[in-house]
Amino acid sequence: MSVCISRSDNALALRLVTLTQSGLPLVEDPWAWLAEQLGIGVESTLDLLKRLQAEGAIRRIAAVPNHYRLGYRHNGMTVWDVVDTQMPRLGELLGAQPFVSHCYRRPRRPDWPYNLFAMVHGRSREEIDSYRDHLRYLLGDACRADEMLVSSRILKKTGLRLSPSH
Amino acid sequence: MDDFDRRLINRLQRGLPLVRQPWQHVAEELQSRPCEVLDRLHDLLEDGVLTRFGPMFDIEQFGGAFTLAALAVPEARFETVAAQLNALVQVAHNYRREHQWNMWFVLACASATELAATLSRIEALTGLTVLNLPKEHTYHVGLYFPV
Repeated sequence: MSVCISRSDNALALRLVTLTQSGLPLVEDPWAWLAEQLGIGVESTLDLLKRLQAEGAIRRIAAVPNHYRLGYRHNGMTVWDVVDTQMPRLGELLGAQPFVSHCYRRPRRPDWPYNLFAMVHGRSREEIDSYRDHLRYLLGDACRADEMLVSSRILKKTGLRLSPSH
Repeated sequence: MDDFDRRLINRLQRGLPLVRQPWQHVAEELQSRPCEVLDRLHDLLEDGVLTRFGPMFDIEQFGGAFTLAALAVPEARFETVAAQLNALVQVAHNYRREHQWNMWFVLACASATELAATLSRIEALTGLTVLNLPKEHTYHVGLYFPV
C-alpha cells in the first residue's frame, strides 16, 4: 500500500489525526484552536489542511450523519463481474452515481467471480433495488453476472482508527 | 429537525471550506450567523442525528494494512463466530449480509504482516476459509445522505 503524505507533513498529520479523531471542537475559530494544539501558526495550519485535502489524506472536514436516523435504513453491496479491459471507465461511471457511497475494484477468487463493488444506500428495499437496476443498465453487456448483498445486521462498527502501534 | 437543520446537514456533509473564517462563510450561505450554526450543529450531534463533525481522514494514507473479507458461516454457529471475530481488535466493522457468504468484515492492521497473521488466526479460530478481497483500486468514496 502507498503512503502518500509528504514526509515533512507526516508528523504533524499524525498529531492532527490524534487531536481530531473524535471530532473538531465547535468553536468560532477552529483553525486557531488547532494551531495552538499543534504549536504552529494559524496560516500554517490552514496550509497544512489544504495540502492534506489536496493529497486526499483528508477527504473533507465534514459532518457524518447517522444515516439510520436520516431514514437511510437499507444498504446493499452490489457486486459485478465486469470485463477487465473496461474496468477503469465502468468503475468511474458507477462511482459517479449520487447513490453510490463507495466503489472499488477487488480481486476475483475461485469461488468469487466479482471484481467491481459499489455500495448503495436508500430509504426502502424498493429504492436500493431500483439503484441496482440502474447500475446494471449502465454496465450493459460489459457485466457478465451480478448480485446484491443486503446488510441485515451490524455485528460490529468501531470505525477505522490509528492503532496504538503507529 | 426543521428546515434549517436539514439545510445545515446537507451543507456540512459536503465539507467546511478551508478559508480563514469557515463558520462565517457557511453562515452566510445559509443566511444565518456563525453562533446559530454552531448551536444547531451542537444540538444535532447531541441528539445523535450527526455522529461526528471533523476531518474525514483516508486513514490508509497514514500507513497500515486493510482488507474486506468474508466468511460463509453455518447458521447454527453464526453467533459464536460473530463473537470470536468481534473480540479481535483488528476487526473494525462486521456486518451480516444475506448470502452464502454471510459475514463481511473489515480488518484494520498496523502492517501487512499483522494482516496476514490475523487472517490465519481467524481461519484457525473458526475452522472456516476466509474470502480475502483487498481493494485494488478506489473509484469513489463519498457518503452523502441528502435530507
